[in-house]
Amino acid sequence: MSQPTQTKPHPGVIARPPFIEPGHTFETVTDQIGAIVLDQGVRRGWLLGFTIAFSLLMLLLVALTNLVATGIGIWGINVPVAWGFDIINFVWWIGIGHAGTLISAILLLLRQQWRTSINRFAEAMTLFAVACAGIFPVAHLGRPWLAYWLFPYPNTMAMWPNFRSPLVWDVFAVSTYASVSFMFWFVGLIPDLATLRDRSPSRVGRFVYGLLAMGWRGSALHWHRYETAYLLLAGLSTPLVVSVHTIVSFDFAVSLMPGWHATIFPPYFVAGAIYAGFAMVLTLAIPLRWYYDLEDFITMRHLDNMARVMLATGLVVAYGYMTETFCAWYSASTYEEFMITNRFFGPYNKLYWSLIFCNVIAPQLMWFKKLRLNLGWLFVVSIIVSIGMWLERYIIIVVSLHRDFLPSSWGMYTGTVWDWATFLGTIGLFSSLLFLFIRFLPMISIFEMRTMVPEAKVDESAEAHH
Amino acid sequence: MAEFDNPTALVVAIHKARAAGYRAMDAYSPFPIEEVSEALHIHDRLLPILVFLGGLAGCIGGFALATWTSVVDYPINVGGRPLFSWPSFLPVTFETTVLAAAGTCVLALLALNGLPMPYHPVFNVPQFALATREKFFLCIEATDPRFDREETRRFLETLEPLSVAEVEED
Repeated sequence: MSQPTQTKPHPGVIARPPFIEPGHTFETVTDQIGAIVLDQGVRRGWLLGFTIAFSLLMLLLVALTNLVATGIGIWGINVPVAWGFDIINFVWWIGIGHAGTLISAILLLLRQQWRTSINRFAEAMTLFAVACAGIFPVAHLGRPWLAYWLFPYPNTMAMWPNFRSPLVWDVFAVSTYASVSFMFWFVGLIPDLATLRDRSPSRVGRFVYGLLAMGWRGSALHWHRYETAYLLLAGLSTPLVVSVHTIVSFDFAVSLMPGWHATIFPPYFVAGAIYAGFAMVLTLAIPLRWYYDLEDFITMRHLDNMARVMLATGLVVAYGYMTETFCAWYSASTYEEFMITNRFFGPYNKLYWSLIFCNVIAPQLMWFKKLRLNLGWLFVVSIIVSIGMWLERYIIIVVSLHRDFLPSSWGMYTGTVWDWATFLGTIGLFSSLLFLFIRFLPMISIFEMRTMVPEAKVDESAEAHH
Repeated sequence: MAEFDNPTALVVAIHKARAAGYRAMDAYSPFPIEEVSEALHIHDRLLPILVFLGGLAGCIGGFALATWTSVVDYPINVGGRPLFSWPSFLPVTFETTVLAAAGTCVLALLALNGLPMPYHPVFNVPQFALATREKFFLCIEATDPRFDREETRRFLETLEPLSVAEVEED
């Protein structure tokens, strides 16, 4: 992720062009970002988008109601492919969430200033993606109303969850991840909620934002603690984000299934998650900055940087595919060898080659600066990558399961209409939440953008003078 | 309370106020400014300590929970493997550590800052609504031994502020 133009700045000096277009002051930054929430009202494009998203959300409701009423027989899962769309979508969604935490936490610790314009909505994206992800394993239980059995609590059955099982680790990892992401996001929001409270033209707005801002008033002592707390949360989220997808990969790697039982899985899953996440951030950022005139804040340099991160993580993922193939050959295990031949030439080979096209070949376009700076290409490539990452999970799960050790237990798998309805439904949930978020909360961190304004630097010569 | 329109003026004003002997004061700004907390001599190290203790509690608690439930209270023999298979308890221990530390961090931040506090006297100053937008404030508190209603006002006016206002206490 190193940027040649971004070598370390000298302390106190802006060594490179700031990530905000010139001419902005504290007022313009505050007012322009705040106005999206406070003054613009409901815009037609927003309403249209929200209506579509909300209809898909209703589809999710129908699909889940039918699931609870009928049972998971409405899905395509069977024996041997007992993990289908549900686990594919779970891993896909939770992977998408990772870019948000990465942008907010790791780039904060690395003092990468370009995170500032994109961290807020990337974090929101994380939360909403994790919410979508959480639905799938719970629905997959078959008796989702008993999901609380997964948590350790003293019960009359005198039973405890098995702490040696990666599936229980997963419960802890995902619920911790959701909670910590929420806290990180909310703490980041508090000063901006205070801004909205002080600027809101309506009584209801002042009341609600005031309630959420909890009386924040920008006292120096408060800011001092706030910065410490924010850095600590970032420091805690950084290993957390790596651990979550590592643990998700243990769900597979700890088993003995050919195609799953691989030590490359943890790093390869983490890289894939960041890859998918950055693709999703780009997919969202490109239309948003255009629709809300945010070109001053989310500059081409931001998009360029994200495209580079996407390329770099894409190469790690490509390396993961190579390692899987190499290890299958080097292991000299019949089952592993067959698994790879089956991926290349078996019944799902079209999906495998589409995966290679989406995740390995298409992102190579990002080597070219012209294409990175071309919004159309960037948008198309990021969507291709999102599709590719979904296919990757399909390949890992379905192709490994459908041909296991005993030919007598082989089978095939296809998603049913209810599988697709649930998947589209979670896309509706994700986008509905996102639409509500950009309507009611500042999608760019206002107080952090203020620190990017040149005036925000304390003039040391004037200070020393007195 | 004096109002300024840039961080440099605020920092200069704090230095002058300290030189004049004032100690009980607070500054308000729309974003965190390192120089301001330095100028005010803010040294608060409690939060990181609390976060560390919280993390430690989560770490011990998580590991103890996994160990006690799997070894003592509900032992399951899987293929003759040892009951105290501690490496497999580490993922859960790690997650509970992070969860407890992060939770402590947020609660400690709010508690130490005395939030939620919907009412605070500074909100009585009409200009103060701009403290979350673009203006910077220095407030000398009445608890300061050198505080004198008239003299402090005159002093604040020498700092070339945009305005000086009195904070109503009611």
